[in-house]
Amino acid sequence: MQNIIAFFLRNRNFFLFLALLSLALIFTFQSHSYHKSKFVNSANWITGGVYESMNNVTSYFNLKKQNKILVEENKKLRNILFSIQEEIPDSIIKDSTHFLNGYKIRTAAVIKNSYNRTKNYLTLDKGKKDSVLQDQGVITSRGIVGIIDNNSRNYAVVQSVLNSLSEINAQLKNTSHFGTLKWDARDQNIVQLTDIPDIAPIAVGDTIITGGRSSIFPKGVPIGTIKSYKLDISENYYIINVALFNDMTSIEHVYIIENLNLDEIKQLENTVNE
Amino acid sequence: MNSEVILNIARFIILVFSQVLIFNHIDFLGYINPYIYILFIILYPIRKEEKGQFLFLAFLIGFCVDFFSDSGGIHAAASVSIAYIRPIVLKFVFGNIYEYQIIKISNTAIGQRIAYLSIIILIHHLILFGLEIFSISHILSILKNTLFSSIFTIFLCLLIIPLLRKPKT
Repeated sequence: MQNIIAFFLRNRNFFLFLALLSLALIFTFQSHSYHKSKFVNSANWITGGVYESMNNVTSYFNLKKQNKILVEENKKLRNILFSIQEEIPDSIIKDSTHFLNGYKIRTAAVIKNSYNRTKNYLTLDKGKKDSVLQDQGVITSRGIVGIIDNNSRNYAVVQSVLNSLSEINAQLKNTSHFGTLKWDARDQNIVQLTDIPDIAPIAVGDTIITGGRSSIFPKGVPIGTIKSYKLDISENYYIINVALFNDMTSIEHVYIIENLNLDEIKQLENTVNE
Repeated sequence: MNSEVILNIARFIILVFSQVLIFNHIDFLGYINPYIYILFIILYPIRKEEKGQFLFLAFLIGFCVDFFSDSGGIHAAASVSIAYIRPIVLKFVFGNIYEYQIIKISNTAIGQRIAYLSIIILIHHLILFGLEIFSISHILSILKNTLFSSIFTIFLCLLIIPLLRKPKT
């Protein structure tokens, strides 16, 4: 018995090393599993606070570019607004509270962005306090960004589309064939759309939009255009390279989409599954 | 609290903040970033009796960087590993003078210094990218990332080490 205790004491540094290493590995593999609350994330008040105060300084540097994006979006929205007014006689009043059939839009600023690793996350300056919760979609005026993964009181972490764990329901705009959007971690502008059956007519340049089957994103949020495609090993499904509309390397302001019917949909799905 | 403890605390905080606020966003050629926070582990005073404390501090600095970069525990795992093997590398590079604990990294010959830095940094980056990417089919991008980031880190460390030298009194 004494020998065993002496052995442990003699090698205590080795055991300390093993304990610390396994602790680090536990956190690593916890972060590899999809959609699970993670202990290590940058939504806490220290890291969020540091990034926010840093962002207060750096956000001034690309105000000009952000203004341009905003004007572009306003132009697009004005176009839609005026064409609607021409089409519809003026007697119909749109009920603005039912905009997008039960989705609520919030805005947030990106205080930390990463895009050059295989698992990328963004940090936003809104959290539980502003009803930003897990599994809400995040988009910009150009296209999708990702899904809220973790949150604290004041901050939230977004799992970017540029994350090898992301799986987002997407479809072809023309034909409504749907598949899963993934990322192979090679190019910051190219994501992969898989599981599109080979009977779907596709061509380079076709637009890809979100599919609306996931209850996270509404149907029709733009994602990107087809850059190239090939059949997978089984030759039944396409693997499509999609060039994103969004420039993921410079994102400042985002919209967070809350599905107001989410509870009802989940409840219904649970009763069907049982 | 002697001046050495204060110096190490200051070094810890400054290295973590400069890593997460500056060096994580360099993106040279799109993806190459240096990880200079391991200078803390490289330069930590060599003393045999405080090895447990050193391992714990190495874990802590990696863990702090992990918190900022949403990366699980990869920096902590890589840091604690190089902290554990540091005595072996020191003995390999500097021979037996290391036993007498009189080495100051900033006073060593340039060849030995580069050898010591390269071994530590290459092992750290290999563990880091291996755990981050964690896929055999991406082994080439693990090696590519390790190589280029290591060169960048070694280069920056060689530049920074002379700056950290204490002024002679």
